[in-house]
Amino acid sequence: MLISESWLKTWVRTAPGAEEIAASLTMAGLEVGSIEHFEPVSPLVVVGEIVKVEDHPKADKLRVCDVDIGRARPLSIVCGAPNARVGIKSAVAMIGAELPGKVKIAKTRIRDVVSSGMLCSSKELGIDDDGAGIMELDARAKKGASLNEHLGLEDNVLDVELTPNRGDCLSVAGIAREAAVLFGVPLSGPGFKPVKPATRTKFGVSIKVPEDCPRYAGRVIEGIDVNARTPDWIKERLRKCGLRPISLAVDITNYVMLEIGQPMHAFDLDRLSRGIIVRHARKGESLDLLDGSHVEIPAGTLIIADYRGPVALAGIMGGADSAIGAETTNIFLESACFRPGAVAGRARMLGMQTDASHRFERGVDPELQVTAIHRATELLVAAAGGKAGPFIDEAHPRELPKHADITLRRDRLRDMLGVNVPEREVIRILSRLDMNVRLLRKGWRVKAPSRRYDIQGEHDLIEEVARVYGYDRIPELPPRVEPAHRRQRESRRPLSQFANLLVDRGYREVITYSFVDPALQGQVEPGKSAIALRNPIASNMGVMRTSLWTGLLQTVGSNYRRQHRRLRLFETGHVFNVEQGERRESSRIGAILTGPIDRDAWQGERRMDFFDAKGDVEALLDASGCRGAFSFAAGKHPALHPGQCARISRSGRTVGWVGMLHPALQQSIDLDQPVYLFELDAEALRDSRVPSYSPVSRFPATTRDLSILVDDDVPAAKLRDTIAAAGGRLLVDLELFDIYQGTGVPEGQKSLSFTLTLQDSSRNLTDAEVEEGMRKILNSVEKKLGGKLRT
Amino acid sequence: MENLESLARESVEAVNQAADADSLERLRVLYLGKKGLVTEQLKLISTLDPEKRRSFGQAVNALKQELTETIRSRGENLAGQAIEARLEAERIDVTLPGRHATSGSWHPISRTIARMEDIFASLGFDSAEGPEIEDDFYNFEALNIPADHPARAMHDTFYVDDKSVLRTHTSPVQVRYMLEHKPPLQVIAPGRVYRCDSDMTHTPMFHQVEGLAVGEGITFGHLRGVLSYFLREFFETDLKVKFRPSYFPFTEPSAEVDISCVFCGGPGCRVCKHTGWIEILGCGMVHPEVFRHVGVDYEKYTGYAFGMGVERLTLLRYGVDDLRLFFDNDVSFLAQFQ
Repeated sequence: MLISESWLKTWVRTAPGAEEIAASLTMAGLEVGSIEHFEPVSPLVVVGEIVKVEDHPKADKLRVCDVDIGRARPLSIVCGAPNARVGIKSAVAMIGAELPGKVKIAKTRIRDVVSSGMLCSSKELGIDDDGAGIMELDARAKKGASLNEHLGLEDNVLDVELTPNRGDCLSVAGIAREAAVLFGVPLSGPGFKPVKPATRTKFGVSIKVPEDCPRYAGRVIEGIDVNARTPDWIKERLRKCGLRPISLAVDITNYVMLEIGQPMHAFDLDRLSRGIIVRHARKGESLDLLDGSHVEIPAGTLIIADYRGPVALAGIMGGADSAIGAETTNIFLESACFRPGAVAGRARMLGMQTDASHRFERGVDPELQVTAIHRATELLVAAAGGKAGPFIDEAHPRELPKHADITLRRDRLRDMLGVNVPEREVIRILSRLDMNVRLLRKGWRVKAPSRRYDIQGEHDLIEEVARVYGYDRIPELPPRVEPAHRRQRESRRPLSQFANLLVDRGYREVITYSFVDPALQGQVEPGKSAIALRNPIASNMGVMRTSLWTGLLQTVGSNYRRQHRRLRLFETGHVFNVEQGERRESSRIGAILTGPIDRDAWQGERRMDFFDAKGDVEALLDASGCRGAFSFAAGKHPALHPGQCARISRSGRTVGWVGMLHPALQQSIDLDQPVYLFELDAEALRDSRVPSYSPVSRFPATTRDLSILVDDDVPAAKLRDTIAAAGGRLLVDLELFDIYQGTGVPEGQKSLSFTLTLQDSSRNLTDAEVEEGMRKILNSVEKKLGGKLRT
Repeated sequence: MENLESLARESVEAVNQAADADSLERLRVLYLGKKGLVTEQLKLISTLDPEKRRSFGQAVNALKQELTETIRSRGENLAGQAIEARLEAERIDVTLPGRHATSGSWHPISRTIARMEDIFASLGFDSAEGPEIEDDFYNFEALNIPADHPARAMHDTFYVDDKSVLRTHTSPVQVRYMLEHKPPLQVIAPGRVYRCDSDMTHTPMFHQVEGLAVGEGITFGHLRGVLSYFLREFFETDLKVKFRPSYFPFTEPSAEVDISCVFCGGPGCRVCKHTGWIEILGCGMVHPEVFRHVGVDYEKYTGYAFGMGVERLTLLRYGVDDLRLFFDNDVSFLAQFQ
């Protein structure tokens, strides 16, 4: 919220300067984001009255004006503005004045007519961007007065970034109250003068839903001057606070809102039918709004209606039909208290956040309505005449927000803050915040003012005391180290261990968005249902990733386009799937690799292949401590090459994939070198065990080499598993050292050579036992896989 | 005796000429072997007259000794030469690069999270995680942000359906953790969070670390102490820490924390927008309403909570000037965090 320093100072005359106010407000929780300095114009710009206008003898569009600036003789000024006319007061830049853009005013001749100055638009003076005509000032403005003085141009405007709990500060008065507390200075007001009723005209107000509108105040003002203008000082204050002047009645209601925080609305009385009804919208009602939009009002929305139908969305925006127009002479002013919740949800639902709804949803003081009506009446009558009717105040006291007494315990205050705030100081702080404080044996009994919706309980009072006392006066206590709950179980390994392993093996970690392009993901996992966002930031970030590969492929693509050809990347993170209609979020570790193995290929370049990827996967499985629980089998994955794709299982459940990116997919993302991918369920890796000791054998081991012929299509893993199973307990190690096809091996077969290590933990193995073991292995291989010993 | 002298000359000469270990061994056998020429002379000693025996014996033994020593030293010599030759032959250009010479790297965001976890672990904080698609209840309701609360406007929320959102902060992990663990407890929760906002200074996904401590006798003073300690450890400098009142629905009293600018140290620069201070995190004492939602007795226990943006800490720590670089994943950028 923008707050003008000069306006603020009318409430707290003795407060220090803008910088100091900003610093103190910030340290009390009302953060001042910035201070904007409003520059004055040249002192040689003064108020002048046009007393004579003649056509320029040599130019159709120019006129020659005599302008009275309170001196003996008027100035003769050539002017082209369409609104230059006799009787108006405007801004005159005298000779010697410097205007923005380094324009220096000098005596000039314009088509043979001497011009001794310039009549200015507000745009030319750098005040705002209205360049349509010369400024029109108050009729009562003093001729010859400097414009700076007349408008109070030089000022500082504080941008106070209020938190949602401080609705009571959304006004000059609100900020002034805080400043008065912080600086210990008295609070003065602008001095309202209530306007006595001059007519008996009332207007009926009927509240059908007092729980949503506990109070509705109003007043009729008749016979206002349609030509009346908003006084310059009001316009100027609105401008500095970021509001554009619109019309007298609207400007005044806005002014009162900025001044004391009560949003108001002005209706054209003659366009209202019989009386005001505050009620919930019925199904099918609609309204044309002030901003030109049309809204179908959702049933149940709090509205202001007359006897024909809706005339305003309560606390949000008025309707177009009943709005003040150029011909309006009779006005009905509204100043109501709406329940925050009745406005909040609706404003957002309708996508209409207005200055009024902003205040109502944070809570408007239920005791402010009368004051606001008085203030608005006073300003309106002063500017436009008119006769005010009697005051209308429809209130349902039982529905007004309650402010219960709250007990603040001395001990609780100390235990929460860790400091003993002296009794005197607590009372001083709370009293200055307009709280009613009574002393109790164990603390204080406190009643907050009606505007403080945020003071609901003891904790709120503790915060009030703390923030005014000053957070920086609360001593820093040394950290209390407590034994935390059991941190990491040894049998569940940290994900960082596996990430570290990949980093050590040359992978760079990336972090990609969790929402991805549905088109690319559809290529990676076609037909898989992904969770879509209702309001994505862009269509190519529309769905949650079902696999880490989508983001990794995109990242490889973008790096490839930046000439990075050798890439090893990994990511850890959540993926989001739908399984049996249920959303399932799980943690994965995924990687992508492509290009040459080594950076410097001076010994000959070797490109990464399937077994590089698989080797890294196996290293991860090894690091899990449960290598034996995992197995690989040829599988089919839509993103992978059907001949180079392995499904990874743990105890029969699929926990990951490794393989070569399908060449079709590789082409479609414009990569011209093979790419390898793997992905593993992180939980499957992390689920480990606590190592358990078994004695190391002191007896010698026997090794035997075994070459076995099997059909081409027998997977190596199957042969290996068969040997291992048949070898049983004695077979302590099994290594594959050769695969051979060619001379000596029949067509359609291959030879796999293993080194077997046999050992017993309790004695020496005899040759006979070793031979027996080997025979069992060969029998099993022959029986199960048709494998034969290669001789 | 003359024979002996010529044998001595000839044998020493031959040994010294031996070209390699093999020929040296052959010469040893030739002279000193069981049937060697010198050995034969030794055998002659017993056949000689007593008066000649003594001097001949001395001469033959002297020859044997000399020859043995010559063979030994020639052997050493040859071995030395052989090693020399091998060393010469095996000489390489050691400046050529090694194999598999590269290590990878952690993403700077993970690096920061790891450092944060380390510092907080030293203070006894556990580390916890939570889901990223979160129920409205955990993300808002239980944190005292009911449906029409204005604070919801501060969270540009991504919706999955009416009741589920992409979590807008890591605070829901607080709630989940308190439902699962009884006080006293200390925990941090790092993770991804989402808000639909994207410009120079916002990315729709970013990271937070949430912190929570609940126990008997925990005060705002402890919160100040812990965060000041953390910030000084994290930036490894004795920076100034300033607590300012603020508002979060789930803490009260609430504070924003500023640190003295880590770039200029106070006088003001571009990074701190010439204020000398940098806003770094939000925190406060756990709101009774949050305790009520998770069934913690808020008369018995007090607690504090804090939340900080990992990207912001990382930007400041490493001097990165554009938030979006973190999710660009250009390896030229990533390689700087080796």
